[in-house]
Amino acid sequence: MDLPLIFACVAAGAVGLYVLADGFDLGIGLLFLLAPREQDRDVMMESIAPLWDGNETWLVFGGALLWTAFPIAYYVLLPAFYLPLMIMLFALIFRGIAFEFRFQARQFRRVWDYAFAGGSLLAVLAQGLVLGGFIGGVPVENGVFSGGTFSCLTVLGLLCAGGLVGGYALLGAGWLIWKTDGRTQMFGRKIGHAAVILTAACMALVSGWTAFTVPEVAERWFGWPRVLQLAPMPLAATVAVLLIWRALWGSSQSRPFVLTIVLFLLGFGGLAVSLWPYVVPRHATVWSAASDGATLRFVGVGMLVILPIILGYLGHAYWVFRGKTVLEGGYGTPDAEGDAGRRAAARRTDLHSSWSVRQPDAAPIAKGANPDD
Amino acid sequence: MDATTLSRIQFGFTIGFHILWPAFTIGIASFVAFLSFMWWRTENPIYGSLMRFWIRIFALGFGMGVVTGVVLSYEIGTNWSGFSRAVNNVLGPFFMYEVMTAFFLEAGFIGIVLFGEKRVGRGMHFFACLMVALGTLFSASWILASNSWMQTPAGYSVGADGVFHVVDWWAAVFNPSFPYRFLHMVCASYLTGSFVVAGVSAYHLWRGQHINAAREGFSLALWAALVLAPLQVVLGDAQGRNTLEYQPTKLAAMEGLWDSGDGVPATLIGWPDMTAEKNRYEIAIPHIGSVYLTHSWDGHVQGLKAVPPADRPYVPLVFFAFRIMVGCGLVLLAMAVTGGVLRWRGRLFTTRWFQLAGLATTPLGFVAVIAGWTVTETGRQPYVVYGLLRTPDAASPIAAGSVLVSLLLFVVVYNVLLLAFFWYGARIVMRGPEDVSAVNPNAVRPGLEQAGPAVLRRFPTKRPAMAGE
Repeated sequence: MDLPLIFACVAAGAVGLYVLADGFDLGIGLLFLLAPREQDRDVMMESIAPLWDGNETWLVFGGALLWTAFPIAYYVLLPAFYLPLMIMLFALIFRGIAFEFRFQARQFRRVWDYAFAGGSLLAVLAQGLVLGGFIGGVPVENGVFSGGTFSCLTVLGLLCAGGLVGGYALLGAGWLIWKTDGRTQMFGRKIGHAAVILTAACMALVSGWTAFTVPEVAERWFGWPRVLQLAPMPLAATVAVLLIWRALWGSSQSRPFVLTIVLFLLGFGGLAVSLWPYVVPRHATVWSAASDGATLRFVGVGMLVILPIILGYLGHAYWVFRGKTVLEGGYGTPDAEGDAGRRAAARRTDLHSSWSVRQPDAAPIAKGANPDD
Repeated sequence: MDATTLSRIQFGFTIGFHILWPAFTIGIASFVAFLSFMWWRTENPIYGSLMRFWIRIFALGFGMGVVTGVVLSYEIGTNWSGFSRAVNNVLGPFFMYEVMTAFFLEAGFIGIVLFGEKRVGRGMHFFACLMVALGTLFSASWILASNSWMQTPAGYSVGADGVFHVVDWWAAVFNPSFPYRFLHMVCASYLTGSFVVAGVSAYHLWRGQHINAAREGFSLALWAALVLAPLQVVLGDAQGRNTLEYQPTKLAAMEGLWDSGDGVPATLIGWPDMTAEKNRYEIAIPHIGSVYLTHSWDGHVQGLKAVPPADRPYVPLVFFAFRIMVGCGLVLLAMAVTGGVLRWRGRLFTTRWFQLAGLATTPLGFVAVIAGWTVTETGRQPYVVYGLLRTPDAASPIAAGSVLVSLLLFVVVYNVLLLAFFWYGARIVMRGPEDVSAVNPNAVRPGLEQAGPAVLRRFPTKRPAMAGE
């Protein structure tokens, strides 16, 4: 059994799942400040609050898997991407903690709005720089990284960053169309168009730039007769972009999201074609980078048993929070009770009888009081 | 300073900050699961309102733990590439299993715990709380197995290129210090959690607010402390004896013991002088060191001079951190016992000074945890993998400037986070658990409340009909 190959597939699957899952909630962060109303932001955040943690865990999973299965990639690439990775980690700190603090905040709510949106944007840009640096390859001498702090700042990296901003925003817009309704959904449909244009343009530019600047990749795509076998891929991507454009105002509310996933998978496939079989491009292959067989077997057995269970209960979480997002107030705090426009001081008095009457209703005494009803 | 030293400071700071949150959430997660179970089985609204209150606080701590933990999983690669290269075959799988058995479990169910109470039944909500609590414990066991392996490596072979290979997984996971370290840390987390619950409840009792919920919380927390604090003394002793056997140099640094000998003294306080190789201003009790370390009057204990100076840790840090940990532990033990005595005399909820003491001792668990980790981590120096891999060989080929910048940013950002946590945490605490009357106005029956639970149980609370239903 070819263990390194299997682990390469699992790693690719994990990165793919991360990009799709954290992609839509990072995308929500990118669109956050563009939303016209405070209530839109509340809905946007509430639609991903129960799910973002599971999505981000794929990032930790990917890191651990890389270290376990392909250590060279871990200890060469991570120091090489010190700057963007640190930026990403700081950004993820701010954006992750904004979920918890924004639900509690009253007068500093705006601060956490910015922390969430800014953190999301920075994290995406940093991921783009890492992706660009990865495709372009990093300088390696004697098995360790030999470049400088800023060697990850490349044109390719910036183009990838643009592409990821567009792509994640598109995923986020698709999620909004699917999971919300009314004016928030309308906002998703509108902003989706800009995201489609940005994504398509950057995907084309990244492909073109890579083909011209990295000869190994160009040879792989344009070599005869392989060009015939690979030609359907960019064609399919073009079709997907056109279909997304049409679906943004179509009747199916889940189609834009699903089609965006297809577009991402095509982009991911294109990347795999360009870089296979390297884990550190043009330096270490899947087989030369793999760790001990004993290590892979030990982890492989566990993965075979545990991963299906994980996918099962993550799916269950999505099922519990299915349907359109309804504002309930995070953590059941009275302050987040959907009257964001009312002044806190006024709310604390009993003058607002409507609020004090509603108060007992907010307490979840009745099990099975499903807000979907 | 060179990149290695800066990386050490950065890793020490980020992991030290991170450990605060697991120490907090391990205990609180189990407490929430317990409350959720009681709310499910007894339908006593006090448990429901306490549960929702502690879930709100738990959510803040959990969020802090997640965001600071993601940092660490990448820092091992960015700052410690030599370490990553050498030990990936051993520790990589431990981390994989931690992610798979713990992080996903927590992440998969935390949404239901925080937001899903109205969407799923009480039984399912309890199950979700239980899974999160189990996740925190699984996480602790894998990460402590990893750390213990670095302290007492086992089940491995080393290749010519310095890369470790595993020959026996069972021996590697259940390495000699793992069971002791695991129990010591989990007990510490539960103890820390119980004193947080006790402190918050004491605040409400002191203010005379949310009396019913506060009494329940105070009582539960002090019952837990009464069991855990003495248990921790026993576990700490076992861990110390394990260290004596496998890491004698670290133990000698903890004790401030320079010369090997039989019937060694216990140094209460002093200043360990690394160059003179002796303690200044020392106060010591003869023979007592051997008594608690070896459980015999004339037991043999190895001193620091048994190894060359280059193989010794920085003694004062280990020495004083150990004293801080033990000191905090003793104060908490005294609190737990006092609580037991007051309860026995029926004055647990009315003794004002004890409420103040409960408030004052809230942070001591955290202090003890940080001090304890300082002992075990700096005591392991100058090695990363004890006796096998030296710290400079573990570092990454990165520029000192970039590490300095990221370190400064971490210090600033983490302090801002801590401030925000205290700000919002304090607000949740001051708001307190929702009163039972808010859940169910008909449940407040002053006469019956004072009659005690035996009478109260015969008048089950009913949900009032809401307008518009």
